[in-house]
Amino acid sequence: MSIRIFPKINLPDWLLRIQRDYRLIGSTEAGDQIVFEELQYPSDLLLDHAPSILPPKKILLPQWETLLKFDTSGSSHKVEPVFDQSPTIVFGIHTCDLHAISLMDRVFGQGYPDQHYQARRKATTLVSIECLRPCSEFSFCKDMGTLSTPDDFDLHLTDLGSVYVIEVGSEKGLRVLHSAVGVREATPKDYQRLQKVMSGKWSRFSYQLDFDMTELPSLLDLSYESELWDILGEKCLSCGGCNIVCPTCNCFDVVDQVDFTLHSGSRTRVWDSCQLDRFSSVAGGHDFRSNRAARLRHRFFHKFMYQPETYGFIGCVGCGRCAQACLVSITPVEVLNDLYRRQIPYTSIEQEVLV
Amino acid sequence: MNHSLVETLETTSIYLPRSMLISDVRPLTQLEKLFTIELPEGVSLHHRPGQFVEVSVLGVGEAPISISSSPSRSNTSFELCVRRTGRLTNALHALGPGDLIGIRGPFGNGFSVERFRGKDMLFAPGGLGLAPLRSLINEVLDDRGNYGRVMILYGARHPSELLFIEELDHWKTREDVELHLSVDRPDDRWTGNVGVITTLFPKIQVHPRNTVAVTCGPPVMYRYVLMEFLGKSIPEGNIWLSLERRMKCGVGKCGHCQMDHIYTCLDGPVFSYAQIKHLEEALS
Repeated sequence: MSIRIFPKINLPDWLLRIQRDYRLIGSTEAGDQIVFEELQYPSDLLLDHAPSILPPKKILLPQWETLLKFDTSGSSHKVEPVFDQSPTIVFGIHTCDLHAISLMDRVFGQGYPDQHYQARRKATTLVSIECLRPCSEFSFCKDMGTLSTPDDFDLHLTDLGSVYVIEVGSEKGLRVLHSAVGVREATPKDYQRLQKVMSGKWSRFSYQLDFDMTELPSLLDLSYESELWDILGEKCLSCGGCNIVCPTCNCFDVVDQVDFTLHSGSRTRVWDSCQLDRFSSVAGGHDFRSNRAARLRHRFFHKFMYQPETYGFIGCVGCGRCAQACLVSITPVEVLNDLYRRQIPYTSIEQEVLV
Repeated sequence: MNHSLVETLETTSIYLPRSMLISDVRPLTQLEKLFTIELPEGVSLHHRPGQFVEVSVLGVGEAPISISSSPSRSNTSFELCVRRTGRLTNALHALGPGDLIGIRGPFGNGFSVERFRGKDMLFAPGGLGLAPLRSLINEVLDDRGNYGRVMILYGARHPSELLFIEELDHWKTREDVELHLSVDRPDDRWTGNVGVITTLFPKIQVHPRNTVAVTCGPPVMYRYVLMEFLGKSIPEGNIWLSLERRMKCGVGKCGHCQMDHIYTCLDGPVFSYAQIKHLEEALS
């Protein structure tokens, strides 16, 4: 691991230099909320921030993304894939969202690689920020092991007051750091200060789950028939809000759009939601997941059991956005703890029998 | 923008359909047409019976359609039997010979014919379910010596909805094919069996240990046909089903075809009953 020290006061200058070569996207205020968007002025960047409304996933998997352009006017059809490969830098990514991007890399890289995602991913450099205090009452990043960077990152900043500690995780990151002025090697004293900040932050975050995250797949495995799904299904509005704000949701629909010549147009990928009615319906009208309880259960099983099985990653990073977005206050922490408590009576009965 | 910052430029896409020519369109019923698609020079589909392709009508959309022709029949074209039921399939029905469509695939696992050789084959398609099974049936018939009995129980709602009538007539005349047809609602000319497909099962006796049973049909049909198969003591691992889902991408990304942890587009659409009997979302 390579560690550098960078004076905070030089940040606007660095961002201006970056903007010469890259599309610069960063966390910034929109009203009283945070969004990731292209920065007009370096001073718009806000690094110490609450969770953004939408996760930075939207830069790698946009809500609307053109996959193909076509023209059917000639005797042969012209169809071309569209790739967004414009060099992009994203500043201010929380480590939970960075973990989510690592999972996305697996989802779009495993099996049939998705070149549209990969093109954008290759062209994008991610600059993450160490979270020194909880950013939301709903987050449970400590439980999900996402309080620090995953193995795969480009540049990672830690706020040490007047300077940032910058960890370089990739060649891509190093290339970007070259344009920064005033970067110096870390001294033993810097390491000591970093150590102090890092150990100080741990106790500011609390565990929210009543059990360890490694138990999640087996807890879910025991809970498929739980009554809780029916109880939550009665409550859930099936609005899909949880999917839309989720940094790991990747389901999509594909739609064609034609211009008014009716000959040319594009094929577009659009975010979709497994919580919406008809998500699992087929042409004849049959819907294989027609009730809300089954859809909600599928979302939990997908994140906490199926994705660990398929990709080796739990499909939730504990950002808490879905809990905040839920109109009827269904939160993953409460659902998972409830499932856990429902397993306890059986355990105590067994113990009584043994006694 | 300095594009030298990007390591390699992408040129191809898993979502890019290949333009292919419709060479023939034959109406089969009021709702279904059989499309013959010409393969471009030098291109081979290399499909297995039971696989599907993603069919594009540019400007309208894309949908998964099972391949209806057998790999044993032609390597210069293939056939798709399409019911008009939504936007894409209605647009397809408006196309004719000489028109272009987009094709991706083939996708999915298809039937493992190797495992079926030497066995008695019991096919029980319902309605449009004959479209994908026809590929397998013809594959078996073209390699007839390597299989035991071939039994086909086919049910449709009405005589006018029976698909591939000429082929049904041909199968009927073959000594080595036991074909039984049924319709729910007969017309004046219908002289055959009346009732849902399960009413055909008492007409046949099978050797359960040596029989492979295959079904495909509307979602509601599976549980009843499965009960018949199991009632004849056919082992769960020898019962095969081809399942329908809205495989939007065909490559395990879009999430629409998931049943519990399984992506139907990657691991299916063909499953043995043993593989899916514990999956709540597979059949209901």
